[in-house]
Amino acid sequence: MTWREDLRYLVLGDGQADRIVPPSGFTARLTVFAAAAMAFLAVFALALALASNRLAHRWGAELAGSSTIRIVAPETQLGQQTEAALGILETTPGVAFARALTPDEQRSLLAPWFGRDVDLQALPVPQLIEVIEEEGFDPAGLRLRLAAEVPGAVLDDHGRWRGPLLASANRLRGLGWLSTVLLAASVAAMVSLAAQASLAANAQVIAVLRLVGATDRYIAQAFVRRFTLRALGGGVLGTLAGGVAVASLPAPPESVGFLEGLGFAGADWLLTLCIPLLCAVVAFAATKTAAHRALKRLA
Amino acid sequence: MLKALTALAYPRLCIETGRALGHKGAVTPGACVIELENVAYSYGDGALLTQVSLTLAPGSFHFLTGPSGAGKTTLLKLCYGALHPTTGNTLFFGEDVSRMSRDAVANLRRRVGVVHQDCSFLDHLSVADNIRLPLSVAGRQAEEAREDLAELMAWVGLTERAQALPPELSGGERQRAALARAVILSPDVLLADEPTGNVDWEMSQRLLRLLVELNRMGKTVLIATHDLSLIRAAKTQVQARVLRIVGGQVQQAGADL
Ligand SMILES: Nc1ncnc2c1ncn2[C@@H]1O[C@H](COP(=O)(O)OP(=O)(O)OP(=O)(O)O)[C@@H](O)[C@H]1O
Ligand SMILES: [Mg+2]
Repeated sequence: MTWREDLRYLVLGDGQADRIVPPSGFTARLTVFAAAAMAFLAVFALALALASNRLAHRWGAELAGSSTIRIVAPETQLGQQTEAALGILETTPGVAFARALTPDEQRSLLAPWFGRDVDLQALPVPQLIEVIEEEGFDPAGLRLRLAAEVPGAVLDDHGRWRGPLLASANRLRGLGWLSTVLLAASVAAMVSLAAQASLAANAQVIAVLRLVGATDRYIAQAFVRRFTLRALGGGVLGTLAGGVAVASLPAPPESVGFLEGLGFAGADWLLTLCIPLLCAVVAFAATKTAAHRALKRLA
Repeated sequence: MLKALTALAYPRLCIETGRALGHKGAVTPGACVIELENVAYSYGDGALLTQVSLTLAPGSFHFLTGPSGAGKTTLLKLCYGALHPTTGNTLFFGEDVSRMSRDAVANLRRRVGVVHQDCSFLDHLSVADNIRLPLSVAGRQAEEAREDLAELMAWVGLTERAQALPPELSGGERQRAALARAVILSPDVLLADEPTGNVDWEMSQRLLRLLVELNRMGKTVLIATHDLSLIRAAKTQVQARVLRIVGGQVQQAGADL
């Protein structure tokens, strides 16, 4: 007998063999309930993991790949130092593109604070150089060269922002997956307990089956199929409920960047299909282990 | 009903099921069906059986008797591998049970029909489903065995009770159902523990006739009982050996039986 036959039996069943285990009340309800509750929670854990994933990507993409150089120098040297910095950037590996911001662009950056018509000449505003990075960009090396040749240049590679933001997004994603694993473990523990209770309550059934020559495998698979199908059913119910709950979360306003992500989009919904399957797989493994252990003990 | 029991429909069933099943497993040819070699057994406190040797040759008919608590049921359980001897060996069809995997024992047990003293069933399944349980366990389709089952039910006179649940049966009906379940796979040997334990004289005679009929088909039969009148009645129909458990040992009973 192979796992292929196991799977065949699991899906198709066997009229007579399925009925050898008496329908039992509380272990059935416990399994369905546990699977449904865990699946419901798993929908949120999955939503959290996916949202953090999106957030990490967005923050990463927005801030990565570009740096800024500020040139702070007296009015008379500003142009010269900017030229020097651009010259260095031209020969620096890992720099795809670099350009000094035009006065207009600088003005629009300052507009929120000083209004549209600010006179740049009258303010000690640094000149900004936008740097687009590519493979092999080395901020530390560039900083050294700038320090040697352009005394007024300060390189900001956004690492200060990006690091902690990415770390927290990754942490959130990790928590989402950890919750999923913990939920799966809880399903395993509950189903395992329910299966053990069912096996213990059916010691008489097992004795009769042994008497007529049933192998452990035959006895175990009847229990395994029951619990797997119950967990699958509970998982479907819980996932549906969780999906409805997530879909009906009120949409937050555009500006609230974080909450914006908590929900499923497009293909994400397909991932929720994995939750009932996970319930079934976990229940299958838990019941199989419990059954074989119990049958060994009863031998 | 008596007619049903004496009808000769059953031999066809036995021959056909025997062929259909095609017993698996290499077994020493000509070996005894079941053998106990110097077997001792205790449930923990003091030895119940001290040194028992027993061989069941193919086609033989045995009675096992002894006072209540002597260890008849225990000995039967040792015979079908439900208990493992404290010392000594049990051989199934020439193979040492202690060296076999649980699955192999389960497979060989399909060749040993057992009627338990307490006739336990799956109480949530009908009598008919209980009787065909060994077929399902052996991987046979219920469909192909439908006719066989009907014949067997008629043979034990339970046709009308086929859809009843086991708890609804009388003591005698339970014992007949247990007998039908024990023989549906056409086993080589039948072990029956007090098969007439809670039935009246007439019913015990009917059950005895069923067992004798099985023996005439070549099955090995071992009946544990303390009903001496049953043994006497059997001796008029079949050549039976009577064994008695005395002081933890098995002895051949005297000619007075
Ligand atoms: N599972 C068990 N655990 C402990 N002791 C047991 C167990 N089963 C039987 N015994 C004891 O072993 C002895 C023999 O029991 P057994 O059932 O083999 O007797 P028996 O000859 O079949 O009796 P009866 O004629 O009443 O059926 C008894 O004293 C019984 O109490
Ligand atoms: Mg007994």
